[in-house]
Amino acid sequence: MGSPTKSAAEHDDGAVGRRRFLTFLVAAPTLTLATTNLAPDGIGTAAAEAGVPGLPQPADIMDLGDVLILAGTPTAHLLVLEVTEDGEAHFELPRAEVGQGITTAVAMLVAEELDLPLSKVRVRLADARPELLMNQLTGGSNTIRSVYGPVRRTAAAARARLVAAASTRWDLSPDRLVTRDGAVVAPDGRTASYGSLTGLAATLPLPGLTVKPKPESEHTLVGTPTSRIDARAMVTGTMRYTLDLDVAGAKPTMVRRPPTINGTVRSVNNETAVRAMPGVIDLAVVPTGVAVMAETFGQALDAKDALDVSWNDGTVDALSDADIRKRLRAAALPFVVPPLLTRHVDAEFDFAFVSHAPLETNSAIADVRDDRAEIWAGLKSAIVAKQTIAAAIGLPEDRVTVHVRQSGGSFGRRLFFDGALEAAQISKAMARPVKLMWSRIDDMRHGRARPATHHKIRATYALGQVLTYEHRVAAVETDFRHGLGEILTATAARLPVAGNLSFAQTVFLTTVKVPYDFGVVTELLNEVPLKMHTASWRSVYSANTRGAEEILVDELAKRMGKDPVAFRRAFLKTDRQRRVLDKVAAAGNWGRTMPAGFAQGVGFHDEYKSCTACLVEIDARDPGKPRVVRAVIAADVGRPINPRGLEAQLLGGLTDAISTTLRAGLHIDRGLPLEGSYSQFHYARQKDSPTDVRIFIMPADGEPGGAGELGVPAAVGAIANAYARATGTSPRSFPINFDVDFTPFPR
Amino acid sequence: MPTYTFAVNGKTVTVDAPADMPLLWVLRDKLGVTGPKYGCGIDVCKACTSHLDGEAVNPCVVPVSEAAGRKVTTIEGLADGDTLHPVQEAWLEEDVAQCGYCQPGQIMAAVALLRKNKNPTDAEIDAIQNVCRCGTYFRIREAIKRAAAKM
Repeated sequence: MGSPTKSAAEHDDGAVGRRRFLTFLVAAPTLTLATTNLAPDGIGTAAAEAGVPGLPQPADIMDLGDVLILAGTPTAHLLVLEVTEDGEAHFELPRAEVGQGITTAVAMLVAEELDLPLSKVRVRLADARPELLMNQLTGGSNTIRSVYGPVRRTAAAARARLVAAASTRWDLSPDRLVTRDGAVVAPDGRTASYGSLTGLAATLPLPGLTVKPKPESEHTLVGTPTSRIDARAMVTGTMRYTLDLDVAGAKPTMVRRPPTINGTVRSVNNETAVRAMPGVIDLAVVPTGVAVMAETFGQALDAKDALDVSWNDGTVDALSDADIRKRLRAAALPFVVPPLLTRHVDAEFDFAFVSHAPLETNSAIADVRDDRAEIWAGLKSAIVAKQTIAAAIGLPEDRVTVHVRQSGGSFGRRLFFDGALEAAQISKAMARPVKLMWSRIDDMRHGRARPATHHKIRATYALGQVLTYEHRVAAVETDFRHGLGEILTATAARLPVAGNLSFAQTVFLTTVKVPYDFGVVTELLNEVPLKMHTASWRSVYSANTRGAEEILVDELAKRMGKDPVAFRRAFLKTDRQRRVLDKVAAAGNWGRTMPAGFAQGVGFHDEYKSCTACLVEIDARDPGKPRVVRAVIAADVGRPINPRGLEAQLLGGLTDAISTTLRAGLHIDRGLPLEGSYSQFHYARQKDSPTDVRIFIMPADGEPGGAGELGVPAAVGAIANAYARATGTSPRSFPINFDVDFTPFPR
Repeated sequence: MPTYTFAVNGKTVTVDAPADMPLLWVLRDKLGVTGPKYGCGIDVCKACTSHLDGEAVNPCVVPVSEAAGRKVTTIEGLADGDTLHPVQEAWLEEDVAQCGYCQPGQIMAAVALLRKNKNPTDAEIDAIQNVCRCGTYFRIREAIKRAAAKM
């Protein structure tokens, strides 16, 4: 195990502690790779009665989460945990909290391992730490999977040192001491608080100390429903997001953006007049537009709107939805199996672009000086952000400090750091600290989006068996240039896919898999590169790819004369999968009689060592205004850390599925999305949300699987299937109700 | 520049500002009251929902001149010292917040609803238009019902 260091640490409140305390920076662990995760998950353990077993797909053997864990392993134990003299544990998490509840889950792990009340654990998001190499990326539903072992081992090491300190002080064998409620307790009842021991614990030479985390059977906090550690700050308005920070001299700044994506400034025609507007402080042309700084954001907004700018063309000016759809259809790779010999089901599906639209728009604070820079932003790829920003402003990396701030939603958006980069460029141009905020309209039109996709699926069947299953996905290129390429390159030799695949194809093959025994299965991605701003959107390819598959599964079941739940039961690969399906079927009273215009629908999904089923009931009496009125979800994530937080993630996934299946998407029109706010991009509101939601978390039966993105694909399938049954239609294009029912904002 | 005097969370403030400056920016940029959030600026997302003389308003479209002589309450002014408002308590008990960014507005909207309607139906709760991009709506609904039972 590593050794403790003495340090003076600066905390979030700015107070600098000068006293000694126990700080762990545990390095060079003698640990093996997470090989237990590399075994195929239940493949072949429970052969389905009816299915023709298919070979494992790449994602069965090694999924994207395994890849991230593998790439992060060399630095996985470079974690910082401090035990302070007031008896608190302060942990620095090298990930981004964006609402998914990882700080709470990690605090629970620390509290459990240290036998410390949860209220005494503080979790702070670590600054960008390049020494972590590939281990500071928040994505792929991977945080809990990747930190579960390392956090527990680090906290266990701290606990062992505190016990050793008490043992030295009392001259008692450490075996006779126990820890309880933030203190070490001797057999005679003497207690020593961690705070009183941390100084000694930091200085003891303990070369032979070996530690092991608690057996999971002894967990009392981990696995129990727990409220978020930051909830009180959120409900009292004291939570500080990036733009709520008071950084000396950083003034409100906004950017006037081009009329089409990636347009550039040719000339600013009324600079003098705009500079004379009330409150305006400065103005600068940057690569993305014209930046205006003012005393208040209201004035910056007025000034940017008043700017008269001539623009150069963007990168997709001629492009509209019809062209994109045509190109996607042309790009879908052909099927291998001809439809002539056997009975078959063919279907094609289209999914629109979807904005991430986190409620906190793209924002950042940057203070760039001649010899150093400091950045504050919500960043899921903090190291790549730091490296890119340093290069862009011409400073050595070690002169750029990047603070990761907790932020108001992401859904994949904050994998990219364009706001932070832009703020740094503006700060350099203006030679002042900058508080940058994107307008909502800009965030939706010039921000990032889930790429549009086209899907062709063909399944052949005979004698009650599905013989072949082919899925061809054509997608507008997803931008993965946030460090994932380096990770895939570094792990290439271990990847379960061979040949000259693109990063995108590798991500596709390590995330998407068919959970059913459908004989010979091939799923292929072909991308259409368009110079637009795209990014992974919660569940990357799975929401569309698996969503479409779950629709096809219903149609296949119908063709083969089976009930949708019975059909899935028969063809799922494992009993573990069948248990979650059975759970929603029973709890949701599958098959109950529904009034005309109402229907049930079901969907299933398996990814990142977790699986889930979703059953919904829809009211589609007016097919133009459907509402999901009831939902039942079951999930098996292997080992839930905080079931309450997990339920929240599944609820969020359900709402995402309701939105993107029924109404929310972006129309691309001559190089720009038409949608510019929530009045136009129809993300669900309370009136679109079910009044009855029940979520069941299956008991722990293994290592933690991924959960952040799990909830979307099954719900997409369930909602589309319910809509199809209620309306007697076969939805093929999503969102289903997608008229331009608004007047777009001016460009 | 004209000056306007009004109360923010029980404290009298006077600000220099153009008459048409939205109250949101007066609160956030001039007074440092950052609980109300920007999400759209056009009264669509409702993230900035606060109270003006007890009524829910959206400061992103309320000019500061309209606040003159009146009482503005933001999320920061809802609790009584360390004693939370029953709606805030219900929010904690239901563990509603995910990213938390919309929640000050959601809570202020819920408080305004419960002030007018002690026991709102599902249809009345549906009328709250505040966007929650994390999709916490069901927990918001349960928290409102829980708060109604408390109050």
